[in-house]
Amino acid sequence: MPTTRRFAVATTVIAICTMTVLTACSGGSSSSSGQGIIEKAKTTGTLTIGVKSDQPGLSLKTGDNYEGFDINIAKILAKGLGVEAENIQWKTTVSINREPFIEQGVVDLVVATYTINDKRKNVVSFGGPYYVAGQALLVDKDSPIAAPGQMDGQVACSVVGSSSASNMEKSYPNVQLQLFDSYSKCVTALSGSGVQAVTTDNIILAGYAAQPHNVGKFKIPGEPFTTEPYGVGLKKSDVAGCNKVNEILAASAADGSYKAAYEQALGDSGLPFTPLDTSLLTNCPKGV
Amino acid sequence: MDVLLDESNRQAYLSGFTWILLLTLVSAVFSLVLGVILAAMRVSPIPVLRWAGSMWVQLFRNTPLTLIIFFCYFGLFSTLGFKVSNNITVNNFWLGVVGLSVYTAAFVCEAIRAGINSVPAGQAEAARAIGLTFSQSLTMIVLPQAIRTTIAPLGSTLIALCKNTTIVGTIGVIEASTVMKDLINSNGDAVIEVFIMFAGTFAVVLIPTGYLFNWMSRRWAVKT
Repeated sequence: MPTTRRFAVATTVIAICTMTVLTACSGGSSSSSGQGIIEKAKTTGTLTIGVKSDQPGLSLKTGDNYEGFDINIAKILAKGLGVEAENIQWKTTVSINREPFIEQGVVDLVVATYTINDKRKNVVSFGGPYYVAGQALLVDKDSPIAAPGQMDGQVACSVVGSSSASNMEKSYPNVQLQLFDSYSKCVTALSGSGVQAVTTDNIILAGYAAQPHNVGKFKIPGEPFTTEPYGVGLKKSDVAGCNKVNEILAASAADGSYKAAYEQALGDSGLPFTPLDTSLLTNCPKGV
Repeated sequence: MDVLLDESNRQAYLSGFTWILLLTLVSAVFSLVLGVILAAMRVSPIPVLRWAGSMWVQLFRNTPLTLIIFFCYFGLFSTLGFKVSNNITVNNFWLGVVGLSVYTAAFVCEAIRAGINSVPAGQAEAARAIGLTFSQSLTMIVLPQAIRTTIAPLGSTLIALCKNTTIVGTIGVIEASTVMKDLINSNGDAVIEVFIMFAGTFAVVLIPTGYLFNWMSRRWAVKT
């Protein structure tokens, strides 16, 4: 009995200590919340950038290394703010924690297939769009399918709960939907006989098509049927930082580094490069 | 609590548990039939049948159900072209039933075999002495007694099966756990409510099921 009790006490003590440390940590990272990204980059020489970790071609983490188009864009932004690539602290985000991470100051910037919309603009401000994506289809390279309207009775694959899935359900009720918990399963199923197309944003599809073991097997036919402008998320109050992001993006389009960023990550995907439309860089909050 | 009052959420909740119920009932029937056949094989006097039965049990009892269900979609359907219906949802349902049944049959078989072993050897010997064949002695003498002692373990297997049906969500049947994940995603402020609602539904259905099987096992116990 005494041993059990001593063990219980020890466990409790450890648990309390752990909690204290955790609280201290999360408190620490949000302490820099007052300043914008320009000052942060200038004074500390570092930036914490939130990115996805599981999207091939856009932002894929292998080991400790992140690679892809989003990562290249983030590096261009960091460079424009005077931060060396090796001084960037990458932070993995998923769709549902992007706003909280920005608001709490866990990250300075988010470059994570982050669609600009009005609901999100209430909470964060958006530089960009650095890419205008749109929902499209990924099909076998010999497939005659060119648009979802030609898929009556056939099977399209998407992810449970995604906006691509609900959009497909609403706009094309005659297309059957196979739902998995990840796009990589959809792409695997596309190689077999059960699924005729995978549907989500064209650039995400392009990322899968550009994976070494998939190159040459699939194509992205037709025009995208939705518009998803990808923005760079940052604190709502940081208007100067937001304008600076747009400035850097416009400069990268002019000097060719934007195109290089795309070609390096998605050149093999079969989705042709589209130049950055700098006239769209108008999402920053107005005023001070 | 607004999550529970929303009409489309309630529809999703109902359809999620309808899939759970259908998967459970259909797979229970198939796995019971299959399990009895396997148990008969494992106690039969023919070595090759005994061997096949024990291979089945060893193979499926020791493979994670997630892998079996995954194989049913990507192996059986996607690669080998096994197809029950052109409707993808119906087809996925049957693929799930196949996976659940072959897996659960292994456990049913072992429960029934344990029941058969609990029937005194004298019963089978007496059956042979009066000239009954193997199948006659099994179906008329041994199994009726064995099944009675097997009711309680079969109840546990049924409860496990019901919870296992949530794994079929991974191949695209929008059952309760998938609906739950979806609702939690879109209602980040009501995670606890949604979770309690779904876990509670399982508990409300399964706890009485456990009591029912306990009662039945006492009611039909072999009294000596």
